[in-house]
Amino acid sequence: MTNRSWLTTSRSAAVLLPILGLVAAIALWWLAIVAFSIESFLLPTPGAVAAKFLEQPGYLLQQTWVSFLETILGFGLAIVAGVPIALLIVRSVILERLVYPLLLAVNAIPKIAIAPLLVVWWGFGQLPKVLMVLLVCFFPIVISTAQGMKSTPAELVELLRSLKAGKAQEFFKLRLIYALPQVFTGLKVAISLAVIGSVIGEFAGATEGLGYVITSSGATADVALAFAAIALLSVMSIILFYGLVLLEHLLLPWAQETR
Amino acid sequence: MIKLDGVGQVFEGRAGRVQALDGIDLHVQENEFVTLIGRSGCGKSTLLRLIAGLLPPTYGGVAVAGEPVTAPRRDVSFMFQRPALLPWRSVLSNVMLPVEISGGDLDRKKYVERAHELLELVGLDGFERRLPHELSGGMQQRVSLCRSLIRRPKVMLMDEPFSALDALTRTELSEELQRIQMELATTIVFVTHSIEEAVVLADRVVVLTPRPGRLREVVEIDIPRPRSLGQNAHLTEVAQISAHLHALLAEKQAEIRPVDAR
Repeated sequence: MTNRSWLTTSRSAAVLLPILGLVAAIALWWLAIVAFSIESFLLPTPGAVAAKFLEQPGYLLQQTWVSFLETILGFGLAIVAGVPIALLIVRSVILERLVYPLLLAVNAIPKIAIAPLLVVWWGFGQLPKVLMVLLVCFFPIVISTAQGMKSTPAELVELLRSLKAGKAQEFFKLRLIYALPQVFTGLKVAISLAVIGSVIGEFAGATEGLGYVITSSGATADVALAFAAIALLSVMSIILFYGLVLLEHLLLPWAQETR
Repeated sequence: MIKLDGVGQVFEGRAGRVQALDGIDLHVQENEFVTLIGRSGCGKSTLLRLIAGLLPPTYGGVAVAGEPVTAPRRDVSFMFQRPALLPWRSVLSNVMLPVEISGGDLDRKKYVERAHELLELVGLDGFERRLPHELSGGMQQRVSLCRSLIRRPKVMLMDEPFSALDALTRTELSEELQRIQMELATTIVFVTHSIEEAVVLADRVVVLTPRPGRLREVVEIDIPRPRSLGQNAHLTEVAQISAHLHALLAEKQAEIRPVDAR
């Protein structure tokens, strides 16, 4: 009884349990390789992956930085483009009807189908990857922002009207701030997609980045290197996600309690 | 202070026209406390929104302080059933919202002082920096009350402001409201569905009939103040009037004969 409550309530347990889960998963992985005597060119041991990373940490971190930059730039562009479009859609029914089906159609396209085209149009540099990230992030950001803008409680709108507030005041003092928690929900969905977007972009044709490391390791059957790159990708994804969570806690301390 | 002449309201809905209010004639004097009661759907909240300028009447005239109402006025405040506080603003900043919205012509410092006084008046001194979710429902509604008082309104319109509160908080707040009204000399129109609350608070109780809302009767309450919902020195008077109002509200549609209560 006391054990159970300690595991669910204490702070140190909140940190220890995920680590325990990770260690258990790695142990299982290792055990499976030993138990079924899996060949190392099919599945490397965790130790081999770690060794691969330690063999050339500078190179791998450099490739991580490349992918990180593509992810962040595309994500930033998606915010800069997506939020204003969401605001316009919410403001005008005509615009919503005009643009919304188009957005749905673009979102329905498997992004991987566009990746080769981006290479044809913009080559092997950074730009096509950033655009791919932008493409995958755009939709969730637009949708969550638009929903957030529509979620303003009617009674708060009526309150502002009874105070004789203008449209601009209603927007900046009420609707926009009220939408922020939902905007963050969209951002958290988008940031995980963003990492995937950068890898897709690199798969289609690149000379650097973690996605490039994975494809080129396939050519030499260096499975351990591919695993090292994958591990770095997930670490990057986790850091970006929790960075957003932290930002939300700092910017919107009221949001956790009211939703 | 408030003048309603032959006011009616028709809503065009999907199911057709709904006559919400019809032929409302009512004059509310300066510094008077009027409560509106009626069954749900009798249009009492609609009537309040007409006075607030949040909704234009389909026909008839609405005037506040001698001027026809066409839009919300700065000297009329509106208080809702729920506290309607902005969750990211502190207590003080929520109270100051009307001042901020009015803009630069107001002396901000003076109003901050006034906000502190008002919060003290309702027993919330020391809570200025708290966020709304840290307060109980009763405390939140007190903040809402302070917010509606900050601009020194001539008229306060209150739409069932205590109905979501527990009985004890409700009793306390209705006593506070009477005290505040006497101190600040405002005119109040207060919508409620509680007969007792209507009797305890009002100088006059206005009874509305349902669908369409018409004036059924206007009852003068001649019980000395302060009155209380709790330990009540005027229990028998309140009970008598309440019984009468109860009978009016329980009438079947066919028995209702609207009166001209000008």
